[in-house]
Amino acid sequence: MANRQPESRIWIFAEQRSGQPADVVFELLGKARLLAAAPGWKVGALLIGHNVSGTAALLENRGADEILVADNPGLEDYRGGNYLAVVDRAVRNYQPDVVLFGATAMGVDLASRLAARLRTGLSAHCIDLELNEKGELAAVIPWPGGDFLGRIVCPRHRPQMATVSPGIFDVPRSDFPEAEVLTIDGALNSDRGFYRILEKKPEERKPGDLENARVVVVGGYGIGARENWALVEELASVLGGVAGATRPPVDEGWVNADLMVGQSGRTVHPRLYIGVGVSGHLHHLVGVKGTELKVAVNQDTRAAIFDHCDLGLAGDYREIIPALIAALKEPRAGGDL
Amino acid sequence: MTIDRETGTMIRRDVPSVINPLDRHALEASVRIRERHGGRVTALSMAPDDVLPVLKESLARGADRLVLLSDRRFAGGDTLATACVIAAAVGHLGTFDLVMCGDETTDSGTAQVSAQIAEFLDVPNIMHVDDCGVSPDGDLRLHSRNEEGAFTAEGQTPMVVSVTADINEPRYVTLMDVLDSEGKEVLILSADDLPLEESWIGLEGSPTRVLELFEPERKSRAEMLSGTPAEQAAVLADRLRRLGFRNG
Repeated sequence: MANRQPESRIWIFAEQRSGQPADVVFELLGKARLLAAAPGWKVGALLIGHNVSGTAALLENRGADEILVADNPGLEDYRGGNYLAVVDRAVRNYQPDVVLFGATAMGVDLASRLAARLRTGLSAHCIDLELNEKGELAAVIPWPGGDFLGRIVCPRHRPQMATVSPGIFDVPRSDFPEAEVLTIDGALNSDRGFYRILEKKPEERKPGDLENARVVVVGGYGIGARENWALVEELASVLGGVAGATRPPVDEGWVNADLMVGQSGRTVHPRLYIGVGVSGHLHHLVGVKGTELKVAVNQDTRAAIFDHCDLGLAGDYREIIPALIAALKEPRAGGDL
Repeated sequence: MTIDRETGTMIRRDVPSVINPLDRHALEASVRIRERHGGRVTALSMAPDDVLPVLKESLARGADRLVLLSDRRFAGGDTLATACVIAAAVGHLGTFDLVMCGDETTDSGTAQVSAQIAEFLDVPNIMHVDDCGVSPDGDLRLHSRNEEGAFTAEGQTPMVVSVTADINEPRYVTLMDVLDSEGKEVLILSADDLPLEESWIGLEGSPTRVLELFEPERKSRAEMLSGTPAEQAAVLADRLRRLGFRNG
C-alpha cells in the first residue's frame, strides 16, 4: 500500500476452528475498536481457513472496519506453515501498525513464528494494551518475579505484536457498523514446512468449567503435597464451585495443567474467589477478574495475597479449611436470611 | 529472584539454578528416542558459565554431550534474540533431526522460544506435545494436546518440538549415572564462535523494550479475621452464607 500515512491499521487474528470464531476474537475486536478511536485508524480482522464466508458474517458487526479473508482448501486445518505463509504475505502487503493474537495454542504459535520471520517484537500474554498518539503500542504484562507489572514497547520495529489470553478483555455489548469484507491471497506455493494432521479431537467443554464458575477455590504452593489437594476440591464442591491452581502445584505434578489460573493459564470471573496457600504473584492474580469477594487463607501474614483481597485468614489451612467445610455443611441456623 | 527496576532485567544470582523441570521431560524424550532409534543427544543451554555444574545433570540423564552458550553479550535478550542465538548454535553444531524444548520456562512462561527457534531454522514446529514417536518410514509422529483439543500429526525431520510434563516420567538418576557421565564432551561457545551479528543478540537484538515497571493498583489491605482457626472459619462461613454462597 503506497501511502499509508493517513491510514493506520490494527489487525486482529480472527482465529476459527471448524468455522467457529474463538471467543477471544470478539474480545480482541472490542479492544482494538477502543484503541483505534483516533481518526485515521482502521481495525482489520484477518480470517484464514476454508469455507469461512459464514464465519466472516459472524464477525461483520463486531468492531472491525474490514475483514480480510483468505479462503483455500489448504487452509482447512492449522498446520503451522500454511497459515504463516498467508499472514506473512498479508502483513507485508498492508503493513498494519499493530497485530494482535489470542494467547491460544494457535495464536501463540503463529504469532511467535511471524514475529521471528518479520524480526519484530512480540509481547506475550498481555493483560492490557495502550496506544499513544504516535501510534506506539504499550503492552502491560506481569513481570517475572510476580510483584510488578511491566509496560513493554517495540520502538523501532513494525508491526507491533501482542498476544492476549482469552477472558482478559470484555466483549462489547453493542453492535458496530458493518465491516467491509475483502478477499486476500490465500495461495500456498508449496507444502514445505507443514506437518500432516492424521487425526483431531476437539476438547469437550464441561459445564462448570473454571471460566464460567461463580465460585473458584484456588490452591497454591502452600498446599504442600498432592494428598492435601482433596481439601481444596472439597471446599470448592461445598460452595458449588470449581477448584483451580497456581503454577507451582501444576509444576509439582499435584494437579493437571488444565486447572492453572493466571497469565499463561485460564482467566476466571467468579463472584467468590478463595485462595488457599496462594502467595499472591501477579502472574496468578491477573487471571482472576471481576470478583465480588476475594478471600485468602495463608499462614504467612506478610504474603502479598493479603494486599490483593478483601478478607484474610491467617493460619494453617489444614485447620481452617476443614473447619470451614464443616461450618458450611451445618444446617442453616434459624432466622438466617 | 530480584528485578532491576531500571532495565527490567532479572538478577538471577539468588535463584537456586536448576534445569527447568519441563526441559528434563524434553531431555528424557530425546534420550528415549535415541535408545530406540540411535543417534546422538546434545543438551544445549544458554546460561552464565557458572551454572555449568547444574547443567551437567543433563549428561547424567543420558545426553551424549553438553553445549553451553555463554556470553555476556547474550544478556538482556528478549525471546527473539534468545531464539536467534539458540538457532544459530543448532545450525553451527551440524545437521540435526529434532530439537526438543520444554513448553514454557518457569521464569517467564512466554512459550514463544521454541516456535521462534523453528522459524530461524526454517523447519516446522509443534508445541504442547505429550507423545512422540517415529513412524515406520522414519517420520516423526506426534500427539499434541491444547485447550482446543488434541491432534496427531506426522512430519518429516528436521523439526522443533516443545513438550509438556505429560510426555514421560524423567528417569531417576543414580550415582552411577553421574560417575559414568564424567568423561562426556562439554563445549562452551561464545558469540564469536557462532554465525551471529551483534545487532541480533542481547539487548541490541531485542525489538521489545521495557518502558517501565510499576506496581499494580491494589485493593486496600485485606480485613484480617482474628481468633483461632476454628473461630476464623466460623466467621467466614457465616459471611459466605449471608452473601448467598452456600451451596443449596
